[in-house]
Amino acid sequence: MAAQTELISTDAAIQDLRSRSLGSLTLRRLFKQRNAILGMCILLVLLLLAIFAPIIAPYDPELVLIDIEDVARREKPCIHLLGCPADRPQHIMGIDGNFRDQFSRVIYGTRVSLFIGLSTIGIAVVVGAVIGAVSGYSGGWVDNIIMRFMDVILAFPSFLLAIAIITVLGPGLQNALYAIATVNIPIFARLVRSSVLSLKEQEFVQSSRALGASHARLLFARIFPNALPTLIVQSSLSIASAILEAAALSFLGLGAQPPTPEWGTMLGSERNQVFTSPHLVFLPGLAIMITVLAFNLLGDGLRDALDPRLVQIAKTK
Amino acid sequence: MSRYVIRRVLLAIPVIFGILVVTFAIARLIPGDPCHSALGEHATAEACAAFDERFGLNKSIPVQLGIYVRDILIRRDFGVSIRFSIPVSELLIQRLPVTLELGTAAMLLAILIGIPAGIISAVKRNSAADVATMVGANIGVSMPVYWLGLMLAFVFAVLLKDTPFSLPPSGRLTAGLLPPPFYEVWGWQLTQDSTSFLIADFLSNFAIFNSIITGQWEILKDALVHLILPAAALSTIPLAIIARITRSSMLDVLGREYVRAARAKGVIERRVVLKHAFRNALLPVVTVIGLQTGTLFAGAVLTESIFGFSGVGRALFDAITGRDYPIIQAFTVVIAIGYVFINLLVDISYGFIDPRIKMS
Repeated sequence: MAAQTELISTDAAIQDLRSRSLGSLTLRRLFKQRNAILGMCILLVLLLLAIFAPIIAPYDPELVLIDIEDVARREKPCIHLLGCPADRPQHIMGIDGNFRDQFSRVIYGTRVSLFIGLSTIGIAVVVGAVIGAVSGYSGGWVDNIIMRFMDVILAFPSFLLAIAIITVLGPGLQNALYAIATVNIPIFARLVRSSVLSLKEQEFVQSSRALGASHARLLFARIFPNALPTLIVQSSLSIASAILEAAALSFLGLGAQPPTPEWGTMLGSERNQVFTSPHLVFLPGLAIMITVLAFNLLGDGLRDALDPRLVQIAKTK
Repeated sequence: MSRYVIRRVLLAIPVIFGILVVTFAIARLIPGDPCHSALGEHATAEACAAFDERFGLNKSIPVQLGIYVRDILIRRDFGVSIRFSIPVSELLIQRLPVTLELGTAAMLLAILIGIPAGIISAVKRNSAADVATMVGANIGVSMPVYWLGLMLAFVFAVLLKDTPFSLPPSGRLTAGLLPPPFYEVWGWQLTQDSTSFLIADFLSNFAIFNSIITGQWEILKDALVHLILPAAALSTIPLAIIARITRSSMLDVLGREYVRAARAKGVIERRVVLKHAFRNALLPVVTVIGLQTGTLFAGAVLTESIFGFSGVGRALFDAITGRDYPIIQAFTVVIAIGYVFINLLVDISYGFIDPRIKMS
């Protein structure tokens, strides 16, 4: 019996130690942040909507209902529960300018927007991290040339540079993704470079080097994991702005092309009808706002959870 | 101080050169050759040779780059618009003031509301005002500008129509209103295309400035009323970001010892906040204001096309849809250089805000 208790207490001690790893500490702090929890809840809902879009959406998002149902162009929302006659087909967000079910399009739009946000920043993080790591680790003229080039990219307002890049590549969702990824690369390159610069002279890296670790091992096993927290925070905030920028490009007709159910495209094609059919403009915009808000809240929460200095300040006040 | 300023200016030169190289490269990377896109698909070889000769396209790439840089920096020649067949610089003289006016109004709104909101938020931490400001700021940074613009237009022009709060949803002035430029009102004799005429013309395109100096109060009122909605839409993101950064910077400073010392020696709270804390919290706020001018220019492309403002942003939008490459290229250069210039001013202002910086 005594041995068992001892075993349990050792187990508990190990558990306790494990739970103090950076990851779990961060998670614990994260779950204490109201903002972050709200952000994560919204994201969870959006993720479920994106995954189960075919089940949730009552219609195909690109299906033109003109000969299928008795609907009018840009018909106002019809919700049976709110007194819409039962013999009318239910369209809870109305019908768009091409006789399609707006609700189904907004639901499918979740897929496009989440894909845009994650893929663009995914590319930007990987490319930016490699550039930043090489730049910071090698130093000297390599560093100088790379960083001056990054400075030039950062000198452009990012949205304008994205527009200029699309002028070269031609409009389309894929090219918009490349353009947004490109304008985000310098942010991550700078971030990783500054982490590498501050970490490469630290003792744990130096001792690893003294033990004969290769450059790749030093970079990826020693330095990189320590740069990860800032990267995660910046990624979350950048995803928010990437979604916003991609929607704006689509709004201008440079991103996703009709009939893709993309929120910015939907908004752009109905913008002149705002005075007569405001629901066709209001709802896609609201969807963009909610998605961007979720990533912003999560990013802020992560920053507060990952920065021990901020936690300290919060405690002392 | 002057050494600090000179160093900052010198550091901006390679960046401006880089911007010119990037925009030059972008223009050369556009698919299709310039001759056929300008003269049409059936342009003959001789016509194309003459075209290439005229625009220097038969020279080597470095020489072309040299010509490009010289034209922009020394001759202020930005090429000719494909669609309008007028020099791009002429278009800039007409359009830039509109955007500058809109951008300035939006930035003023953002600063005048954002900074006080941030300070109040920090001083009364966790109060209802703080929570409201932060919720508002979070929503503000997440909103698509063009969506907010359209919604504002709908609310103020349709829902509030025939009420005192009704506002015009488009245009810069009421249609048909053509205010005479100040140089005509004052009877200046200027020769067309002279530098003084160009400068006067540029200045007179600032509708608000022009109506104030000539005392045309009706037009001033009309211009201001038309400016409210676009400026409000354009200011949301900078406003939200300024409020957030002011709050976090103030929170940081208010916890410092010199603030405690000021309180301990009995300085009144108002003075502690505004003089001791705010001045020290200003640096990140100014940085963010500089960086947000970039957002303003980008937002202008969207806001101007929604509110029918014929500014640089609208011209850029039209140029994109009409594939008018010289305009896209020229406006990108002008906006990027303007952005570098504003951030240069911000850098220089650091030296005044925090004298320690210019020492190091």
